[in-house]
Amino acid sequence: MTIVTETWVIFIRQMRQLVRNPVWVFFGLTQPILYLALFGPLLKNISGGGLGGSDSYKIFVPGLLLQLAIFGAGFAGFGIIQELREGVVDRQRVTPASRLALIMGRTMSNVVTIGVQAILLTLVAIPFGLRPNWGGAFVSIAVICVLSLGMAAASYTMGLILRDEDSFAPFVQGVTLPLLLLSGVLLPMTLAPTWLRRVSQVNPLSYVVDTVRALFRGDIASVTVAKGSLVTVGVAILLAWWATRRFQRNSA
Amino acid sequence: MTKSNLAIESRQLARSFKTKAGPVDAVKGVDFDVSDGEIVGLLGPNGAGKTTTLRMLTTLLTPSRGTALVAGADLITHSREVRRRIGYVAQIGAVPAPGTRLGEELITQARLQGMNKAAATDRLKALLPTLDLSGFEGRTLAEMSGGQRRRFDVALGLMHDPKLVFLDEPTTGLDPQSRANLWEHIRSLRDNHGVTIVLTTHYLDEADALADRLLVMDDGQIVADDTPEALKARVSGDVITVSVDGDLALAAKVAGEALAPRTNVVDGNKLVLTVERGDTAVPPLLRALDSAGLRLKSVQVHRPTLDDVFLTLTGRSLREDADG
Repeated sequence: MTIVTETWVIFIRQMRQLVRNPVWVFFGLTQPILYLALFGPLLKNISGGGLGGSDSYKIFVPGLLLQLAIFGAGFAGFGIIQELREGVVDRQRVTPASRLALIMGRTMSNVVTIGVQAILLTLVAIPFGLRPNWGGAFVSIAVICVLSLGMAAASYTMGLILRDEDSFAPFVQGVTLPLLLLSGVLLPMTLAPTWLRRVSQVNPLSYVVDTVRALFRGDIASVTVAKGSLVTVGVAILLAWWATRRFQRNSA
Repeated sequence: MTKSNLAIESRQLARSFKTKAGPVDAVKGVDFDVSDGEIVGLLGPNGAGKTTTLRMLTTLLTPSRGTALVAGADLITHSREVRRRIGYVAQIGAVPAPGTRLGEELITQARLQGMNKAAATDRLKALLPTLDLSGFEGRTLAEMSGGQRRRFDVALGLMHDPKLVFLDEPTTGLDPQSRANLWEHIRSLRDNHGVTIVLTTHYLDEADALADRLLVMDDGQIVADDTPEALKARVSGDVITVSVDGDLALAAKVAGEALAPRTNVVDGNKLVLTVERGDTAVPPLLRALDSAGLRLKSVQVHRPTLDDVFLTLTGRSLREDADG
């Protein structure tokens, strides 16, 4: 059996469980809509930093997409802690299946989930007034998926290392929240004081946010997009590489 | 015994863990062999190192030192081949997630073992009846009883039809009926399918009922390696308790002449004798008491338990540590 088949077997198992969890399906799909409905209207009355009017959604929706990816993929490892307790991880590890497949099958299920949520969020934003460059929006979702791949893989490995929700949750919160705030997800960093903007420049996520916003505006062939895409791919590869290496070592 | 019929050869297998209080040697270099078709029990209290040993032999934990041949493959250099050849039934885990269904889980497991969909489905059909799980394919695991779920766990380890199966605490937490039922299934694996079985337990009755041979572990070492019978014989003989209608002192004298027991004590209204073998001692004892005109009221032969064995070997009772 090839690594592709093994990844597929794990992926299908994860997806089946997700789809069978009605609580998850409901909240997983409505959460992006809540952001749009309950936070979006505030943007109309803000001006500065490119905000104000219906154009705000080209700034706001990319931010939401990033948040979706960071939290969605960041907390992916929660599931593997429960699987450890159920014995699922051990019983998969005693098979000759590739260790890479065991982590990538899981990771792909998160990537697909986040991809679906991202598409949904973008579509739901249209009645609110979003008019993006559609090609750009499409590429954006691809960028989101690549980032989620690296983040989810890293999250699974952290789950295996920490082995306990009570340390995993604060860890993920503690890492993702500053990353998100320092990337200008909620409001563009152009509104920030100089010192805060400088700090945000060392945060790789800032480049991803800038890229997705540029893509939504339609600046597809821009330096921002090139830089951001490179950063995204680089970060994803780095995280996925670390994650699979650690996962393999942890699982002998 | 030639090497070819050994299922396991463990040589100086050791594992230490780093803790805040310094390194802990969980397993301190164990040597043992398991022959094909044997049921071997690793017996010991919690923390004795039996689960660590099992996790090393199943490739779940890298040994700090030593090596082993498991099902003919080198544990260190060919761990993937070991995984292909062995089955593993983990300790009882948390209640499975609501969406997991028995048939799908078993097929997933078989697929990861390298079987194709058709072969996995066929195997599922053949395996479920042997574990009393016919018709459970579509059942979610969360709605199954403890005994049923444990049999499902066993099925997980058997999907690829391995010839060597490891079971970690197979019946912990089960009610007596489910335990006895699972013992039957484990025995039948060996008797009807020639599977070699290695299991850990801290239950004396389980070790006694199931294992052909016991490796008694304490503090990371194997302190005894023998059949349950031989281990018990090593500790002491059998105990015969007799009560008669008549003079107990005379009964003691008669018994002493007939059996030459190791000990011969009148304890209240009973005569307590310790002999090498109780089963062969009872008939001459009865004849002697009868011809002395002493009417027998009751006779009991008590075999020493593995608890007695463990106490003798380690100076500690197993029951103190077992959480039962």
